[in-house]
Amino acid sequence: MNLEELEQIAESVRQENAKFDHEINVCMGTGCLSQHSDKLKDELVKAVEAAGKNAFVRRTGCMGLCAAGPLVLVDPEEILYQHVGGKHTEAIAASLGGNPFKELQCDLREHFDQQVHVVLENSGHIDPEKIDDYISRDGYIALVKALTEMSPNEVIQQITESGLKGRGGGGYPTGLKWGTVAKATGDIKYVVCNGDEGDPGAFMDRSVLESDPQRVLEGMAIAAYAVGASKGYVYVRAEYPLAVARLTNCLRDARRRGLLGNGICGTTFNFDVEIRLGAGAFVCGEETALIASIEGKRGQPKPRPPYPAVSGLWGKPTLINNVETFANIAPIIRKGGAWFASVGTEKSKGTKVFAITGKITNTGLVEVPMGMTLRQIIEGIGGGVPDGHKFKAVQTGGPSGGCIPDEHLDIPVSYESLIQAGSMMGSGGMIVMDDTSCMVNVARFFIEFCMTESCGKCIPCRAGTAQLFTLLSRICDGSGTMDDLDLMVDLCGTIKETSLCGLGMTAPNPVLSTLRYFKNEYIDHIVHKRCAAGVCNIKAPVEVLA
Amino acid sequence: MPPFTPPPLPSDDKRWKIVNGTMRKNGFARHALIETLHTVQSSFGYLDDDSIRFVARSLRVPLSQAYGVVTFYHHFSLKPPGKHTMTICTGTACYIKGTDKLVAAAEKQLSIPHGETTKDGKISLMTARCVGACGRAPVVLTDGELVGQMTGEQMIEQLERWAVE
Repeated sequence: MNLEELEQIAESVRQENAKFDHEINVCMGTGCLSQHSDKLKDELVKAVEAAGKNAFVRRTGCMGLCAAGPLVLVDPEEILYQHVGGKHTEAIAASLGGNPFKELQCDLREHFDQQVHVVLENSGHIDPEKIDDYISRDGYIALVKALTEMSPNEVIQQITESGLKGRGGGGYPTGLKWGTVAKATGDIKYVVCNGDEGDPGAFMDRSVLESDPQRVLEGMAIAAYAVGASKGYVYVRAEYPLAVARLTNCLRDARRRGLLGNGICGTTFNFDVEIRLGAGAFVCGEETALIASIEGKRGQPKPRPPYPAVSGLWGKPTLINNVETFANIAPIIRKGGAWFASVGTEKSKGTKVFAITGKITNTGLVEVPMGMTLRQIIEGIGGGVPDGHKFKAVQTGGPSGGCIPDEHLDIPVSYESLIQAGSMMGSGGMIVMDDTSCMVNVARFFIEFCMTESCGKCIPCRAGTAQLFTLLSRICDGSGTMDDLDLMVDLCGTIKETSLCGLGMTAPNPVLSTLRYFKNEYIDHIVHKRCAAGVCNIKAPVEVLA
Repeated sequence: MPPFTPPPLPSDDKRWKIVNGTMRKNGFARHALIETLHTVQSSFGYLDDDSIRFVARSLRVPLSQAYGVVTFYHHFSLKPPGKHTMTICTGTACYIKGTDKLVAAAEKQLSIPHGETTKDGKISLMTARCVGACGRAPVVLTDGELVGQMTGEQMIEQLERWAVE
């Protein structure tokens, strides 16, 4: 495969598409598929035929607005229809070439215009199960360019220049990590893609793997070339069957096209990828635990150093990056590190995909440049809190993050500012809560999660989260005391400072951040035996005899 | 040292051949433990003592390690599932949208705590840690099929349909 051959494939796809006057893209991500968008696609094909229109109906990945599904996008007019059902197919087919079918038309310029799509540039535009569709949108140009025109060092240099940081939440500079693995000595090296998106309320990785799997694979292949690896693993959650199926399909196609395997693009570079299924353990998102899991062991983290970059999978130098990090690689190589660095803030470059869920109008997936304020994301793109309720807090970073109240919504989204606000970037889950959520109960929810997901290896995490859970349960049922609050702060400090891995080190964040911003709710529960949101089941206060 | 010969299949049930296939594909390497257990669970629905012993012997993994792995990961189940399974997602987005009420309603309807199967073996009630369909919260899986924006009434109706089957 070389650049000319890629261009030939792209040209033939474009010619094929040009035969049609219209393209009808039907979203077939997990969200829309749960509403039978596969049947909808078949019905649209029939309706188009019956109406005698010259249109092509395509299966695509996620279009972002999951709550408004099933979604249908008509190109080249760029008309988006929401909540499309079987009964609407005739009307949509009839409207082709004329006025849009107003009843279902979704006009959300504010939602889409403020977004910048880099990772999601193909999502909703290509058929995720057709490699040629990906190639027709500049796919694999970056890999061919890297292999034939650049040295491994030049690739790493571009990544370093781009300022890309790990999108799994840690925010470690990607270029630096690649450099370390490249310098590590060893005959065998591995590249691992972390798709163990255990963070509840986040589905960016699932969506990327379902909508544009080739992009992740291309990123991994470029990484393998840069660090000198010949074998890769994608670790995906077993809870994501569609992502696994599309990824399997994508590996097969890439092998057929000679973009995986031995002697890729006529060079001496060999690379192949295997899929490994997770088995439902949140801690496996931690890199050393993930490695243990690939080795067929219990997913328990190891002390670092040695870092996986030096001694990882089977003791060999291993590069581990998140799905979204790999998805950013191809555009960086194609357009240059400087281009990527021109987007975002001084220290956090590029864009970030967020999954906005909870009490918000436009639930779904968005991609915004770093530096956009939380308020712009929630009130602008997200459309604010529905049903006349009042915004209370946004939770970022999952069980490792914190809750950010209204008065801090004007902070820009970046790794540094979110940590300053007592939360963290995390993998990109953003859960909006309104006045019907009790923040004490939310803290208890997250601690319960960390308690059950703690691997049990180190005591502060295993025992500490259980004690925190007891204390929070006491406060929730109205039997807590003010001393408990001090005890919790003390305990949080111990867990944070003495735990072995990221799970324990960040587990207290939801408690600390709610204590920082919503202490009045804790006091309400303890002193006034009252839960303003009406979530906690507080026992009737004991009458104190005078 | 004589070459290793894997133990014979536990019975002539065809599903063991599928399990054996996974191990052979991985060259009976120890690291194929989780992969193989996945195959056992998808073929048999759960993992029992016999299957864990068979896999451990075939891969030359200590029984303690095999059992440790099975009990460490939530995905693996040591109990046979009911004829139907209702899995309620309890991820953060679903929790904010009141999934705890769904769990309570289902537990009341079936008179079992979550994680259990009804006495007649008809329905298992499970919870999941986020299935990644947060955009459609609250979400349940009815026999593995994802249903979004679930209401209590809809869920009870489904459970009643299963109960009278």
